[in-house]
Amino acid sequence: MSSTPNTGARGISLRAFAPHLLALPLWAVLGVFLLVPILMIVFVSFLDYNDAGLIYRFVLDNYHDTLGSPVMWRTYLHTLQFAVLVWALTLSIGFTVAYFLAFHVRTQLWQMVLFQLCAIPFLTSNIIRMISWIPTLGRNGLINQALMGAGVIGKPLEWLLFSDFAVVLAFVHLYTLFMVVPIFNTMMRIDRSLIEAARDAGAGFWQVLGQVIIPLSLPGIAIGTIFVVTLVMGDFVTVSMMGGGQSASMGLMMSNSIGLLQYPTAAAQAMVLLVTVLLMVAAILRVVDIRKEL
Amino acid sequence: MDKRGPAFYLLAGFFALFVIFLYGPTVTIALLSFQGPQGSLTFPMRGLSLHWFRNLFATQMVGDFGGSFTRSIILALIVMTLTVCISLLAGLAFRRRFRGATVLFYLTIASLIIPSILISLGIGLLFSVLGLQPTWWGSALGAHLTWTLPFGVLIMFAVFNRFDRSLEEAARDLGASPWQGFRHVVLPLITPSLIGVGLFGFSLSYDEFARSSMTAGSDNTLPLEIYGMTTNVTTPVLYALGTLTTLFSLSVIFVCLTLVLLLRRRPR
Repeated sequence: MSSTPNTGARGISLRAFAPHLLALPLWAVLGVFLLVPILMIVFVSFLDYNDAGLIYRFVLDNYHDTLGSPVMWRTYLHTLQFAVLVWALTLSIGFTVAYFLAFHVRTQLWQMVLFQLCAIPFLTSNIIRMISWIPTLGRNGLINQALMGAGVIGKPLEWLLFSDFAVVLAFVHLYTLFMVVPIFNTMMRIDRSLIEAARDAGAGFWQVLGQVIIPLSLPGIAIGTIFVVTLVMGDFVTVSMMGGGQSASMGLMMSNSIGLLQYPTAAAQAMVLLVTVLLMVAAILRVVDIRKEL
Repeated sequence: MDKRGPAFYLLAGFFALFVIFLYGPTVTIALLSFQGPQGSLTFPMRGLSLHWFRNLFATQMVGDFGGSFTRSIILALIVMTLTVCISLLAGLAFRRRFRGATVLFYLTIASLIIPSILISLGIGLLFSVLGLQPTWWGSALGAHLTWTLPFGVLIMFAVFNRFDRSLEEAARDLGASPWQGFRHVVLPLITPSLIGVGLFGFSLSYDEFARSSMTAGSDNTLPLEIYGMTTNVTTPVLYALGTLTTLFSLSVIFVCLTLVLLLRRRPR
């Protein structure tokens, strides 16, 4: 090497310092637009307020009201129900799709093409994708027309569009790809010889699936679960658009408090939501180290 | 692999149904947007024309379509540029151990999992307490970055985890400076991934609703405008807008995929 001891020493100090500089912009953005706003919510959740705005006085009323409200707990449980139901549906559908892509599609080209086909809707508008259910589920939509044409029902089903059913359907429609993508990625990394070995040792289809493929896909399942559960828990757009006032969620409740300019109440509700989501993710991360998966 | 049995056809059928489920609804609104002036929100098709697309550009019909579209594109371009640059720098930083790396990593994950409405509320509160007006190019830009950066950083993380360091060492042994090594060895190899990060940054910002809802200020972005339309527009003009913006998103994806393929084919 041609470097003299002098420049070498300078190089070392600069090299040691460089990662901090490189990480600085990320720190700055996440600090200003994530950390400080969350602290702001914590701060405001302890403030008093009236019609004119915030009053800078420490109170526990917002938590008292929020945690003491039966409506809030009903909504909370309802949101958890959404999360569990959507999780179960997206996992079954997503796992099956990923399994097909990873183990049944033979050429790499087709694998990539079909995989992209599943992933592309992620990069289009969620709102438009929700609106696009109107012609199918609406009062005069395709399903009602078909059922009435077949004589199954006498008058249109009203619960197809604005209901819990529509909300769950839209969630599954929007978020299944959050399961497909990570599960497919982990499945592609499963050593195919392990499956051969299991077969040679006499394992049937279900044994291979249950004792080789599913355990080795767990990290992908965990990542997909984190996405789906956190998206559903915090959602207010889907519940408001597809529920049409017939459905409730924590996010929608917060959004309503915000609309009424009751920011401290919204902030206290936000804290309940935040703690729930963080506990759920922490539980999942205890099972899988996602850093290894990247 | 063994011969294709019934399991294959069963799963292929399931996959086909899934794809129909994914794209079917979008196809229905695309069809219905080409109805005549008598068109309604449901089938059957009433006439065939470009009426609702023309209607879209007659500004008095639907709010501020042109303005919100322009704002959304400008915002998406800024978010894209910042996401690519910041993710690349952070990705390079994470290649080495540094103080606070673990905290920063978990902060990035937190950015991904904390519900959008919390970010929106928090930034809204921050700006109001500071006495600042929220704007689409200020507070909304920051809110969007908290959603796009985690994707960008995690992609860069994955890319550099798989990166063959011996290529850089070879460049250094041949006398390349760290900058030359980066410019002529690392950068060309990761360009396709950077295009991917850019595509995420652009698309996620362009379609973002929840994080814009309290942070965009008085001027709407396109998703906010569309959301407003859903409550008071009951004609296929809604579908025409949906069709156009989806086509726009698809062309952006197509351009990026083509770029990546061209870069892969380029002789080295």
